[in-house]
Amino acid sequence: MPTPKRSGDTLTTLQAVWDALDAVPDPEIPVVSIRELGILRDVRHTSDGLEIIITPTYSGCPAMGQIEDDIRAALAQHQLSARITTQLAPAWTTDWIDAATKEKLRSYGIAPPHTTATDSDKVIRFAARKSAVDAVACPQCGSVNTTETSHFGSTACKALYKCLDCLEPFDYFKPY
Amino acid sequence: MDAVATPVHAPLNELLHLADNALVLGQRNAEWCGNGPVLEEDIALANMSLDLIGQARMLYQHAAVVAGGGATEDSLAYFRDAADFRNFTLLELPHTSAASERDYAVTIVRNFLYSAFMLLQWEALQASSDAQLAGIAAKSLKEVRYHFRHSRDWLIRLGDGTAESHQRTQAALNQLMPYTAEFWADAAPLRTRWDEEVNDALDEAGLRRPPPGAASPQGKTGQHSPHLASLLSEMQSLARAHPKAQW
Repeated sequence: MPTPKRSGDTLTTLQAVWDALDAVPDPEIPVVSIRELGILRDVRHTSDGLEIIITPTYSGCPAMGQIEDDIRAALAQHQLSARITTQLAPAWTTDWIDAATKEKLRSYGIAPPHTTATDSDKVIRFAARKSAVDAVACPQCGSVNTTETSHFGSTACKALYKCLDCLEPFDYFKPY
Repeated sequence: MDAVATPVHAPLNELLHLADNALVLGQRNAEWCGNGPVLEEDIALANMSLDLIGQARMLYQHAAVVAGGGATEDSLAYFRDAADFRNFTLLELPHTSAASERDYAVTIVRNFLYSAFMLLQWEALQASSDAQLAGIAAKSLKEVRYHFRHSRDWLIRLGDGTAESHQRTQAALNQLMPYTAEFWADAAPLRTRWDEEVNDALDEAGLRRPPPGAASPQGKTGQHSPHLASLLSEMQSLARAHPKAQW
């Protein structure tokens, strides 16, 4: 693919933008980047310049404004600018988080999300009585002898758990 | 949002109905913030309100594009009066019961009846020919599954709990069930599955399903209880006092 020119003399590639944005952390969980979480979806050239596509995690995620500001700041450091577009479909899912990122979450003290149920779009009883089925391992000691304290935690994307062996409370990144 | 990308859009009234539902219930449930019966429930209700208000924002943003004429999410949320709101009457009612000014049983029963309905509604709307609405539905469905699970769990815990929790939950059910008649004016095909889901949970909770009410409320057509106006006057006061304010 030919490398397009931006206005002015700066020659950029999409790769340079991706590289610049690789360092942008999630505002709530700074140990992982917005790219690793799947919030940063795409970078592309359009007729009126660069466009960056992001997608919200939860509908009411209050960090989206901050994320846009952080993206602009990271680009500005490299003398870049872009239009930021929020895209809703396909809906963000924790299944986009890869194994290496899950490991980062775990070592940060957040139990990483299980894979979402493949039939959850059909089975509305998903919600009914399944909470104990998938054991969540304690990120501190690894025990699966854990219990859900509350399905809703410090941020929209996390549930509050407690380890019954080491007795530490911890966050669980909910499958979404 | 790219208007060119979505030549087909849902009727404006339908988008406003969905948005108003989410905003009004989000605002109502946010009244528990700082007042929850236990800390975890305080946080849970605030989390769910955040989801609902996020859904409302996406829907108002879309509705504003459809409406045109300079409409924005803020003008739709803050500068329409009660008679312009299209939410179900159920969602504007206070958390009040005969037993308490702010009764958690009322909160839980309403969330249960409504989230059981929205599970089906969002599921169906994923197939909307309005691509933006379909996208909002796919996100909202993921969230309402958690809301449903939360309220269903509590419905059972309260219904099958102490004599007082059972009595209050049954009273809340008797009080609120008639308002669900309004769900079916435009969504009759969803009724059988909703009935199954509701009856299943009520059985497990040891609660009796009250008979349907004689008349359906008309919130969706703009005929509201007086409670909506007081909810809105609180919610809209800041934006109306400072109409040019920026967040």
